[in-house]
Amino acid sequence: MNDLLSLVDWSRAQFALTAMYHWLFVPLTIGLSIIIAVMETIYYRTGEERWKGITKFWMTLFGINFACGVATGLILEFEFGTNWSNYSWFVGDIFGAPLAIEGILAFFMESTFVAVMFFGWNKVSRGFHLASTWLVALGVSLSALWILVANAWMQNPVGMEFDAAQMRNVMDDFGAVVFNGVAMNKFFHTVMSGWCLGGVFVVGVSCWLLLRNRNVEAAKSSLRIGAAVGLIGILFTMWTGHGSAKEVARVQPMKLAAMEGLYNGGNGVKLTAVGIMKPNAHLTPDDPMLFAVDIPSGLSYLINARGDSYVPGVNDLIAGRAADADGNMVQTLSYEQRMERGRVAREALGAYGAAQKDGDQTSMASAADTIKANFANFGYGYLQSPQDAVPPVALTFYAFHLMVAAGGALLVVLAAMLFLSWKNSKWLANKLVLWVGMLSIALVWICSEAGWVVAEVGRQPWVIQNLMPTNAAISGVESGSVQFTFWLFAVLFTGLLVAEISIMLRFLGSASKTNIEKH
Amino acid sequence: MLKKIIKFYTEGFRGMTVGRSLWAIIIVKLVIIFGILKLFFFPDILSTNYSNDADRASAVREKLK
Repeated sequence: MNDLLSLVDWSRAQFALTAMYHWLFVPLTIGLSIIIAVMETIYYRTGEERWKGITKFWMTLFGINFACGVATGLILEFEFGTNWSNYSWFVGDIFGAPLAIEGILAFFMESTFVAVMFFGWNKVSRGFHLASTWLVALGVSLSALWILVANAWMQNPVGMEFDAAQMRNVMDDFGAVVFNGVAMNKFFHTVMSGWCLGGVFVVGVSCWLLLRNRNVEAAKSSLRIGAAVGLIGILFTMWTGHGSAKEVARVQPMKLAAMEGLYNGGNGVKLTAVGIMKPNAHLTPDDPMLFAVDIPSGLSYLINARGDSYVPGVNDLIAGRAADADGNMVQTLSYEQRMERGRVAREALGAYGAAQKDGDQTSMASAADTIKANFANFGYGYLQSPQDAVPPVALTFYAFHLMVAAGGALLVVLAAMLFLSWKNSKWLANKLVLWVGMLSIALVWICSEAGWVVAEVGRQPWVIQNLMPTNAAISGVESGSVQFTFWLFAVLFTGLLVAEISIMLRFLGSASKTNIEKH
Repeated sequence: MLKKIIKFYTEGFRGMTVGRSLWAIIIVKLVIIFGILKLFFFPDILSTNYSNDADRASAVREKLK
């Protein structure tokens, strides 16, 4: 048992490390691709050569990030096949199909037009070059779409049926997999957060140029575009974040309870704006906070647009108390009952295998029917106690509140920067203002990573919601080999990050001393 | 047409400044990912250990039952 725990923990740690490093590069690619497309559009429309220089300057930074980040996501796919083989088989083509589309369509589109974008200046027409730049931005977003559709399916498995003979889920409704509310909200939330991150990056670097008094006019022009795109990004991120929270309440209510540190729910539930949880908060479920600033009925209102609506907490969900679509309390299966149904499904799975060996078609059909009837709770059959279905509440709570607070701060910074640059205000020469702009770069990455911590830690223990917990998804590999590759990745990714930052700084140091507008 | 495309890429690569070190990073990274990690550390467990889908399905069923 300890070996299994160690293997699961190291495999999860390795996946988290890889995903978090991968996510350092991706949102900047998403954000910068749209910003350079906007800048080049200005060049195309005005014909001003300075905008061509500015576009090429940011395009070089895009290229550095693209080169360092490209293919880092492939390692995640390796990990599926090696560390998570049960999971990889069980998900079948539902996970494979979006990833294949991503690889074939989006990545090749992205790669082809990246070449035109970098090599095509003065070789292809201005219109074709601009179209290529926009197609790169579109390709980047399409890549994100398919990855996020695959991730959303893990959070909300729909559009499939389990086939006991193949021992995997078979997609029967592609539209439901792609266009369900969880996938769509996740896609727009993530891409828009990339716009925000790219915008803040451009604002931060522009502030650095202003602080150094280099390329002042180019920096102010860039700052304006960065702040505008970033502001649009953060506003849509907030809007889609609200949509995501409502979807979480619908399909992952335990995650929502963890995000709010809510153990005992009820009607008219408050929203915790700021808070510190007690170390053993689960022991005092009616009062889990050491300190909190609450908004009365805020959570009920945000989720159901009704201040007196019902929102279940951790303990309510374990006892089977859930909310219906109108925000009223309904009694559903308790987690004990779900575990029992999950065990019935597991036993039927064993019976199916035995009947298959004997060639007993009747018993196979009977076992398949039992599995089908209990499949919605299949994963609960692997839990030892209902508490196993509770994610790390404190980590989810703090990550969520950090993300929201950082997002709020970024909204203010971006709005202020857009206003100051629009007015060409003297405040743009103020060191404190410029330092705030620069430090926002760190804040936006913290915000973005915290968002993924909420999404992924908050859904524990599920690798597929309600169907498969992490301890069932794991392969029987040696824990020691996972530990070894964990550290290998830590070194590899840290090296890539150091390479990216040092190449960027070197480029910024040298390019900023020349006239950016005449590149 | 093909000649034009080859010339486009050749001239593009030749004209690169920052890009050269970036391509070096990409190539080294791909060699590490596919030549070392995939080859020695990340075999596809089910594809390696079982020869057909029926056996893979049985193996997963045995583990999950």
